[in-house]
Amino acid sequence: MSENIDRVNETEAAVQDVKPDGHKDQKKREPLFHITKRGQLPLIQAIGIRAAAIVLALIVGGIVSVFVTGKNPIDIYASIFDGAFGNGDRAWVTLQEIAVLLGISLAVTPAFRMRFWNTGAEGQVLIGCLATAACMFWIGGSVPEWLLIVIMLGASIIAGILWGVLPAVFKAFWGTNETLFTLMMNYVAIQLVESFLKIADKSGSNTVGPTILVHGWVPNLFGVQYLLNIVIVAALCVLMYIYLKKTKQGYEISVVGESENTARYVGINVKKVIIRTMAISGAICGLIGFLLVGATSHSIDADLVGGRGFTAIMVSWLAKFNPVIMVLTSFLLVFLDLGAGEMSSALGLNKSYGEILTGIILFFIIGCEFFVQYKINVNKNHKFFVKKGEKEVLE
Amino acid sequence: MIFGFPIVLFIQRAILQGTALLFGSTGEILTEKSGNLNLGIPGIMYIGGISGVIGGFLYQSSAGRTVNPVLAIIIPLLSSLLGSLLASLLYCFLTVTLRANQNVTGLALTTFGVGFGNFFGGSLIKLVDSEVPSIALTKIAKVFKKTLPFADDLGWFGDIFLSYGFMVYLAIILAVVASIFLKKTRTGLYLRAVGENPATADAAGINVSKYKYLSTCIGGMIAGLGGLYYVMDYTNGVWSNNGFGDRGWLAIALVIFATWKPSVGIVGSYLFGALYVLYNYISVSMPMMPIIQMLPYVVTIIVLIITSMRNKKENQPPASLGLSYFREER
Repeated sequence: MSENIDRVNETEAAVQDVKPDGHKDQKKREPLFHITKRGQLPLIQAIGIRAAAIVLALIVGGIVSVFVTGKNPIDIYASIFDGAFGNGDRAWVTLQEIAVLLGISLAVTPAFRMRFWNTGAEGQVLIGCLATAACMFWIGGSVPEWLLIVIMLGASIIAGILWGVLPAVFKAFWGTNETLFTLMMNYVAIQLVESFLKIADKSGSNTVGPTILVHGWVPNLFGVQYLLNIVIVAALCVLMYIYLKKTKQGYEISVVGESENTARYVGINVKKVIIRTMAISGAICGLIGFLLVGATSHSIDADLVGGRGFTAIMVSWLAKFNPVIMVLTSFLLVFLDLGAGEMSSALGLNKSYGEILTGIILFFIIGCEFFVQYKINVNKNHKFFVKKGEKEVLE
Repeated sequence: MIFGFPIVLFIQRAILQGTALLFGSTGEILTEKSGNLNLGIPGIMYIGGISGVIGGFLYQSSAGRTVNPVLAIIIPLLSSLLGSLLASLLYCFLTVTLRANQNVTGLALTTFGVGFGNFFGGSLIKLVDSEVPSIALTKIAKVFKKTLPFADDLGWFGDIFLSYGFMVYLAIILAVVASIFLKKTRTGLYLRAVGENPATADAAGINVSKYKYLSTCIGGMIAGLGGLYYVMDYTNGVWSNNGFGDRGWLAIALVIFATWKPSVGIVGSYLFGALYVLYNYISVSMPMMPIIQMLPYVVTIIVLIITSMRNKKENQPPASLGLSYFREER
């Protein structure tokens, strides 16, 4: 027996000698793991991964909070919750904020499904606000109120469409980079609003408020202040779901998003789809602008949209462009934002602490998508796992 | 004065205003050349600024009456670089390693960075239990703004070319170096290859992830210096929340305006700076002022449209801009 084993060892040694030089190194270099794309992950697991990410984010956020502020993280989270839902009024404000954010998110979604990266929702909403306010300022008083409201609605939607379609036309015909184009359009809109503020209020104030915009207030639904916005956005949400999932146009958007070449091959007019979809995006943004000024604040300033055009991009992406799930994701972000604002004043912190917490949570959610989409296959034979004794045997 | 227009002063203000943009755009060009569209740059510039302020504040409060000029520059500079490096690493980890969507990650980073800057800007004094009423790093700012001793003797020439703190020149040097690096060196060529077509670069044996990480981190650090310059030089060491404003986005606009060429960025940044301050120097009605401030963005849009229409190869954005690279995906 022992003779036999010796012989085997000898032959193995011989074989190893014959092997090309690099072989041993190659074995060492074999990666510890490799990454493959998953097929469809079961829904429960997919939700589980995301829930784990949120929990992890809250823990990290808590640790950071203790480190930075010296406050008890449970106090911080409790006051976030209190800030968002503390009493009846706050709950209405929270609902209204969700409605606005959800509305803008719904607006950007069809374009995103087509992989048209519209970063200009901020400007598209703001220009809708501006159109509304301009109508209230210049036409208000000279026409009946109901007609004024109709004109405001029309003007805001047309303005939103203009802001959305302009980059789309250039994208469709000349391939102009839409992310950068739409981004720049935001600042054009902001400066136009600044200019309007200076025309409408000679005192140089940063806001034109309800004392100047006295006409064209959209009446409250059933006497509840924010109900109209909530109802309209809820209807939009359902319509958008049907549009994207059940109609031919919605299907065309998905095909263009998957592959423009495929779309062209099956006879879809890609240029038309791009322009039409951005017109829809812009129109909804304009409508939200109308609601913000005409039905909610009756005032306008350059920061009225307040970054929600950008937050909406995250809302839509986090929900995988699904309008129904967007209700949840916009809830999450509004909850964090309002709650954190309230918390920071309750605990005497700077208001921006909420943005830091929101950022941390977003990073975790963004990062966890990787584990939903990809699988990490660990290489069990890697030297990392093989104990020293076994290694010699293997060799 | 020429026809009653203070031309020297105007050029000075334009250069001072443009320098922050120049840092930002040089950094973003390097980043975008690797195919990473880092929309977190505005946030990183805030982080770079406030990190420098934190470092400087801690040093100034510990240093007492006089500050050592070398330390007064080194400490804020290093802490600024460290802050923007960490922020860029986070962006890289999410977009390169975890292949997350670049737009979403960048916007989240901007939210985070602006919040980070404003939070520490607003609470730093409270957090360290200091006695001072506000963050005013005047002593350090004086060192940052120190000009060449003979600048004053040279009349208008000295005023226009020599009357700035060292960071103004650093911005120009970095832009020139970045330009030479991208055009003339092999590493620069590899970097551009990664941004144009990562799959081909990968097949040619270029380590795509390494290039993306390095260029994004170095780019982020350069952009962060823009934030540091703004606080330490432009505002004389006084941090005010949201004071940096939309300059981060203007820096991204400048990248397009410069058609991804750092050397063009130098001229572009001063032009943008001039447009930014122009309304102070010409007599226009109040409502026209914002219209003039809008010009940099309008000009950028026009440049974007013209370059895409003319479709000249050397003026295009990197072909894979905004896309994550995954070797196994076709």
